[in-house]
Amino acid sequence: MSRLSALLDAGTRPVVTAEFPAIDGGGMAAIERAADALRPYVDAVNATDNPAAHAHASNTAIAIAMSQCGLEPIMQVVCRDKNRLAMQADIMGAALFGIENVACLTGDDVTAGDEPEARRVFDLDGVQLVKAATGLSEGHYLSGRVIKDPPQLFVGAVENPFAPPLDYRVLRAKKKADAGARFLQLQIGYYPDRLASFVRGCVETGVTRTTALLPTVVLTKTARALSFMDDKVPGISIPAETIRRVTDAGDKDAVAEASYQVTLELARAALAIPGVSGLHVTDFRHDGSLARLVEDLRIGPSYEREQHAHGSQLV
Amino acid sequence: MAKLLPLLEHAAKKPVWDCRMCGQCVLHSTGMTCPMTCPKTLRNGPCGGVREDGHCEVKPEMRCVWVKAEDRSHSPLMPHHWEEEFNDLRPPVDNRLQGTSSWINLVTKRDRRTPAGWAGDPVTAQPEPIGAALVEIDDPALLPTGFHA
Repeated sequence: MSRLSALLDAGTRPVVTAEFPAIDGGGMAAIERAADALRPYVDAVNATDNPAAHAHASNTAIAIAMSQCGLEPIMQVVCRDKNRLAMQADIMGAALFGIENVACLTGDDVTAGDEPEARRVFDLDGVQLVKAATGLSEGHYLSGRVIKDPPQLFVGAVENPFAPPLDYRVLRAKKKADAGARFLQLQIGYYPDRLASFVRGCVETGVTRTTALLPTVVLTKTARALSFMDDKVPGISIPAETIRRVTDAGDKDAVAEASYQVTLELARAALAIPGVSGLHVTDFRHDGSLARLVEDLRIGPSYEREQHAHGSQLV
Repeated sequence: MAKLLPLLEHAAKKPVWDCRMCGQCVLHSTGMTCPMTCPKTLRNGPCGGVREDGHCEVKPEMRCVWVKAEDRSHSPLMPHHWEEEFNDLRPPVDNRLQGTSSWINLVTKRDRRTPAGWAGDPVTAQPEPIGAALVEIDDPALLPTGFHA
């Protein structure tokens, strides 16, 4: 059983997951540097699979390297670049090295990346991949061919509570939960009301009985970062007043602080919703704000440090 | 007739639904909106990239196939049991059926056939190892060069 699944099962404190930076060169030293920067603040980290349709060191290699550095990986598998044979092979290959957490994504389209002329695959969709991955841990490939001594996978997926058709998102989450997803990392979103009604729907339909929900917040530093996400990232929309609040904050430092406060408020709102198990944090700042955020919220490993500090004070 | 049917089907369904002849039609359960016209050919609902205005991530000028499908599935013109099938988990596409007539595949139930692992039935009989047929060749001279038995 993976550490992440044990933490989510126990449910004693909010869990924190994050995103590993895309790695291109620099060998294992680059992995170690990135792992050191994240380790104290997070419970598990996503090894991304060609994020935003840009080629990087592979999800499988990064996941293995991360676990060698003592960081718990969540291997993302995206349907865009590989067919069903290749995706099953990647999951099984990583499992040989002890990688158990797998997040199944449909993925951005190739046109979102820097090689839009590439062939898109989408041989499976995200839901079908969840079912295929779950089958692997049950001891068979999609074909039915038996796997002796199968890996113990902890399979999850993603969902976007903020994109149309809003009514349908809960049903899609349910579909993924029924297919075997035990956790859902949710898309970045700036509408707390949409998140709340999505989570409420997941509670009402029984999704949260089997599946942990991890809303995502993103640490940004500039108003431009928000406008960029709003304009350019499919499926992300940011209310104009949120962007204005950051833009109007004043000088560079004030803008950075306002950005942080926006994120902190969104994170607090998300964690206050019954049915939320933790947070997924994307860090675009790389200035220590991740440490500040988890400590302000007392979530992830910071929660335990806090408890420990209290405990020793009492003694 | 078997050769004519795919042509007839295409002629009928292309103009109305932009049919892609996947050979395993699910139109009735997806609000009479063809999921194969989604640039990602998603058969289990919309991706996370749908724009705020309900348009497609890949083709901004096009309304998301699944936004349309969701709308239409609630239409009073649709039989109620079609609407109930809307959220069914649809199996991966069988790429061998591309270009064949879904009408024939429906009648023969060929379009219902899924890999054993999809239904969760492990295949206990192990397949013959690849190259089993070559084991009988005793004389190494008969093997192709570069082949190590």
